Amino acid sequence: MSQLNALQKRRQSGVVTMAILLVIFTFIFYVTSSRVEPVIYSFYLGDEWKLISEWEIGSKSGVMIFLIFALIGVTISFIQFKNNKKITLGSLMFGFGSIMAFLSWAAAGKFIPLTGLLQAAVLLAVPLIFGSMAGLLCEKSGVINIAIEGQLLFSAFVSAVVASLSQNLILGLISAPIAGALVSWILAYFSIKFQVDQVILGFVINVLVLGLTNFFYTVLLVPYESTWNAAGSFSAIPIPVLSKIPVIGPILFNQTIIVYLMYLIVTVIQIALFKSKWGLRTRAVGELPIAADSVGIDVNKLRFRNVLIAGAVAGVGGAVFTIGAVGVFSQSMTAGAGFIALACLIFGKWSPKGAFIAALFFGFTNSLQSNLSIAGVPIPSEFMLMIPYIATIIAVSGLIGRVRAPAADGIPYLRGTK
Amino acid sequence: MKQFLFSLRRVTLLPALSFIFAFFIGGIIIVISDPIIMAQLNSPGKFLTSAGARIGNSYLAIFQGSIYDVNLARESGVIRGFYPLSETIVTSIPLIFAGLAVALAFRAGLFNIGAQGQFIFGAIGASYVGFNFEMSPLIHVPLVLLAGIICGGIFGGIVGLLKAKTGAHEVIVTIMLNYVAALFILWLLKTSVFLRPERFDPIAPDVNPSARLPKLLGADLRLHLGIFIALVVTYFVWWLLNRSTLGFKFRAVGANASAAKTAGISVPLVTTISMFICGGLAGLGGAVHLIGTEYALTAGVAGSIGFDAITVALLGQAAPIGTLFGALLFGALQTGGRTLLSNTGTPSEIIQVIQALIVLFIAAPALLKMVFRLKKSVESKSMAAKGWNG
Repeated sequence: MSQLNALQKRRQSGVVTMAILLVIFTFIFYVTSSRVEPVIYSFYLGDEWKLISEWEIGSKSGVMIFLIFALIGVTISFIQFKNNKKITLGSLMFGFGSIMAFLSWAAAGKFIPLTGLLQAAVLLAVPLIFGSMAGLLCEKSGVINIAIEGQLLFSAFVSAVVASLSQNLILGLISAPIAGALVSWILAYFSIKFQVDQVILGFVINVLVLGLTNFFYTVLLVPYESTWNAAGSFSAIPIPVLSKIPVIGPILFNQTIIVYLMYLIVTVIQIALFKSKWGLRTRAVGELPIAADSVGIDVNKLRFRNVLIAGAVAGVGGAVFTIGAVGVFSQSMTAGAGFIALACLIFGKWSPKGAFIAALFFGFTNSLQSNLSIAGVPIPSEFMLMIPYIATIIAVSGLIGRVRAPAADGIPYLRGTK
Repeated sequence: MKQFLFSLRRVTLLPALSFIFAFFIGGIIIVISDPIIMAQLNSPGKFLTSAGARIGNSYLAIFQGSIYDVNLARESGVIRGFYPLSETIVTSIPLIFAGLAVALAFRAGLFNIGAQGQFIFGAIGASYVGFNFEMSPLIHVPLVLLAGIICGGIFGGIVGLLKAKTGAHEVIVTIMLNYVAALFILWLLKTSVFLRPERFDPIAPDVNPSARLPKLLGADLRLHLGIFIALVVTYFVWWLLNRSTLGFKFRAVGANASAAKTAGISVPLVTTISMFICGGLAGLGGAVHLIGTEYALTAGVAGSIGFDAITVALLGQAAPIGTLFGALLFGALQTGGRTLLSNTGTPSEIIQVIQALIVLFIAAPALLKMVFRLKKSVESKSMAAKGWNG
């Protein structure tokens, strides 16, 4: 075979990795498995059209079916690789088959509410998606955003307080992006005006927001709970017809207004970043600011604006924690979601689509973890929870394909310097 | 030694100004969060007196709670009056180690957010060696500390190795590894190896008495030998950075990696070694903390020490002696914060705000220059982490 180029090499290593993993999975989940009890998958939640409500299958036969499915995926990838085409479809089939085989193995003798699990996965992914879009907007224009956590936490706080004081959820939702942008403003002001190191700055902003929200939570939200911390939350709005589709309906189209906003924002960012003048300029400023400057783009102004927009986007994500879910604010309730969002961004190779899929995947592992521990599956939930972090380390170390940040990411731009 | 102390003067002006400014803003926050004082806003004289009294009382409470408590001294003797000071130092000890782990990394051009995870792994190693063996304290204590250094060092070394071999950015890897460590210890404490017999909550057995650091001022005060270890290690880090060939290489790589490479320094090797040493420092902190104050390993053994360590290192301008004093100051603030609530009703969370403000002003010297109209340049050592690709 002739010399492979970089892309082909990456595909080759992808196919080889999948094949090795498949062998390992077959060994663990099938060959050495002694589980024979059936797994019950439930698909029906109650409101959608009923197609199938439950599916019961023996653990070992289930594993076999899905492993064969994964094998087909690997084969397709191999054929595509030989024909020098993208291996996405095969990889997705492999991924799906492996996860389902794992589930059939792990949940032997248990009941798995699959639709509910996926619905929870989307809900868990929503703040991650907003957060990673905020990171994306900053980093595509060359400003590292470690402060996603702070943006989420502060806007969660503000949206809860505003919604409580005004007894108006919409006002709470409007205040959230403003709060996020405010936190972003600190990042933009210090990193662009004073060229402060962006990673250090982001870290400090997180500490500051954590301290401020903790402080005001203790002085105001605890003693005056009924007026300051009783926001209530949005209820789900089922979209007519679409929400009735079995499985997909309840997962995607029976959610709160914030989730629908998320669909809109991701779509707009994906299109705007690659099809609009703004998007082209943003990417130019993030890759080679000096070139952008030479054609008359005000680098720092564009960066400043994008960082503010990013804060606003993260802000909407922050609202998910309070008025989008439990309706009250509690101390450090974002619990590191901002950092998982950063992980999504990196794992998704700094693209909106990639970050979106990564967030869904991380949301899924989280939801799976809680479902498995409820079902009493003897797999330490801690290891399931580690998946996003380890996956990110693997991604940045280039073990599976190399990820690359925008070239000027984190480097302040001063006219007259390189 | 003389130069060691001289490096102190160079790093004091900026932190001092940051302190003043942060306490000023902290005072404003205390006042606006108090509805009773805010209600007096229509009579400015009364408002200013009560606001001033409120802020004064709060900061006095921090002092009393962290250095010397007059009331306690009157009741039970002068030594007892220094109980807060002992607590301050005890709180500072782990911060010194973890702070040095971050500071040393800064000097080698690395931003080590992972002190938290390295600290946890150090504590795990120390706990295992501490409760599983019984021998003479003269051997046991060094052995426990060594276990801490090795566990923390390996956990930190992974980061350096990944960076050296694959270019994976240390900030991303350390953030992720912190979570891995936090989850790992949760799992570990449930295993039969670490779970204390007849207990179901995640707590390991106490380390054996032979593995504990002796208390310095009697059983009443918690102050333990760890402070001397911390002082020695601070001096060692200063010596390493300023007097050894290895330290010179660290600083060379930190200042300009490509120039260092041209000069024949192996940047990957230096990166790996420096992250191993940083991890070892944080791990040593975990071990000292465990056998000095905690004795039993719990999931919360590290608290937020690894994160506070970053603020401490920034406060100390990444200089060893600066970090030492930064840790003592933060220890004092945190200890004082505990009495703040009981004495004045101000929640101790204000300490977090003040800490963050201090570091924000240190990280952005230009802002302070503007506020205080400083003409002469206030030196801030470059602690720049590079972009993701750098």
